[in-house]
Amino acid sequence: MATIQQTRGKTLIAKRENSNRKAYVFLLPYLLLFTAFIVIPMIVAIGLSFTSFDTIQTPTFSGFMNYVTLFTKDQVFMQKVLPNTIVYALIVGPGGYLLSFLVAWALAQLEPISRTILTVIFYSPSITGLTAMTVLWKVIFSGDQMGYLNSILMKIGVIDEPILWLIDVRYLLPIMIIVALWSSMGVGFLAMLAGILNADESLYEAAAIDGVKNRFQEMIYITIPTMKPQMLFGAVMAIVSTFQNGAIGVQLAGSNPTPQYAGQLIVNHIEDYGFIRYEMGYAAAVSVILLAIVWIFSKIFGKLFSSKDL
Amino acid sequence: MSSYRGNRINPQRFEKGQIKILLVLIPLAIFFGLPIVFLICHAFKPMDELFAYPPKFYVVRPTLDNFGKLLKASSTSGIPISRYVFNSVIVSAIVIVASVIFATMSGFALSKLKFRGKNTILEINNAALMFVPVAVMIPRYLIVDILGLKDTYLAHILPIIALPVGLFLVKQFIDQIPDSLIEAAYIDGAGEFRIYWKIILPLIRPAIATCAILAFQQVWTNVETSNLYIDNDGMKTLPFYLNTFISLNNNNVAGQGIAAAGALLLFLPNFLMFLVLRKSFMNTMANSGLK
Repeated sequence: MATIQQTRGKTLIAKRENSNRKAYVFLLPYLLLFTAFIVIPMIVAIGLSFTSFDTIQTPTFSGFMNYVTLFTKDQVFMQKVLPNTIVYALIVGPGGYLLSFLVAWALAQLEPISRTILTVIFYSPSITGLTAMTVLWKVIFSGDQMGYLNSILMKIGVIDEPILWLIDVRYLLPIMIIVALWSSMGVGFLAMLAGILNADESLYEAAAIDGVKNRFQEMIYITIPTMKPQMLFGAVMAIVSTFQNGAIGVQLAGSNPTPQYAGQLIVNHIEDYGFIRYEMGYAAAVSVILLAIVWIFSKIFGKLFSSKDL
Repeated sequence: MSSYRGNRINPQRFEKGQIKILLVLIPLAIFFGLPIVFLICHAFKPMDELFAYPPKFYVVRPTLDNFGKLLKASSTSGIPISRYVFNSVIVSAIVIVASVIFATMSGFALSKLKFRGKNTILEINNAALMFVPVAVMIPRYLIVDILGLKDTYLAHILPIIALPVGLFLVKQFIDQIPDSLIEAAYIDGAGEFRIYWKIILPLIRPAIATCAILAFQQVWTNVETSNLYIDNDGMKTLPFYLNTFISLNNNNVAGQGIAAAGALLLFLPNFLMFLVLRKSFMNTMANSGLK
């Protein structure tokens, strides 16, 4: 009896093996929204970037004009926005990522109670959100003598006059980088911590016998290779949050554009042209450049942590 | 044999070796934690302490004054803050529920059902993990406009529901459920919907919690939808209101206390939700590997 039932069961399953149409029913709601608000916007961005569009008249095709203007005539973009974005992204992206990994690695070697408390502390800045983050750091970097940083620095005698931190073109970008690093330990950090904690313990024992001498060798030869997939996930999350937090400069300085474009990043440039000047085609071209930068970063990390060669 | 013992990952007890690590981590934790402690203190400071010179870090006589003023400040602008809170709560609740239902349904299909186009969909969703919403704010705005969603609650809700990270984590989690369980259910005569509802959902509670946390983080602090898609002030959300309040009270010390109270209202729900569901979250994160 049992065998007959089993074979019957198997033929039933066999029917579901190839094309189970009900799967599409399950996928439909997600796919609809995913297409409407993620896939189509990306396609539209690419399409619009080849047009001139002021939101009132229909877009007119302009070829590569927007890109040519962007790279040859837009002085603000080439002299401020692009260099700012590169500096910001190169420090906050890899910096935040490395910090997340090292802290996760150190946390994994603590006993559970202190580990849990510290994990919550490191993670919480990443969930404050742009608005709360702005309130908080504006008070700390407030430009008069009431500002906390100014007050402390004046007390210990480093400065005599209060510094206008958020308006001074010299300080805005470094402050943005500090704030972004502060909030960089998010989902990717937790993923890497979980990855390290779930490593196969026998690997570490075997490595100790094979002559691994210290924690750092352990990290290089065992921890990282065994958690490549989490490393890659963490990297992608780091890239996304780096660019997603790009609006912080405008928030802190309180104006778009930021003073002398000192804290202007690509994200702000898009907003500037899209919603302040209503040059949607041009703004779309800037969006495409941003998407391309994110894509290139992700490809580089994908190569670094590909687990397909394992 | 070397003197190194190995296997120091995930120790269950405190050992001397951990002191070195704590010595490095604690100062770093202070840099990460202090600003938030400061925000909490600031929100509860009475007027004289806000104006105190030199400014003090801690609050000496905590008061709810700032929260009270936050309520009053909004009534003078015409729309009471309760309206913004109401909007935010409704929008967040719908986004969380829809996000979880749609992500688990799709995760189930992508993990356990066999159909054509499965790998393509998986690959597209994985590529979308690196999707940066701010990059496409303009096309998104146009789509919201064309679909006629402007000035409706749906404009807050629909663009945020599909969360590639949520689906990815849920799908990875469902992958852990043995196929034999599904096959047994088929043999017992259960259909796909029954299996989804009776077997999958109860087994993936940690992934559901994670998906809910991530969706809530997206929606609760979102300013963009109010900024771009909504013209009617009565339909905007709490973060938008606080954002305007902040830019109006830019360099005003009294305003700072009220803004801190508002910022705390934005931060605490997120924080508490993470604190409560932390174990489920970490449990899901263990399966987050991207190959």
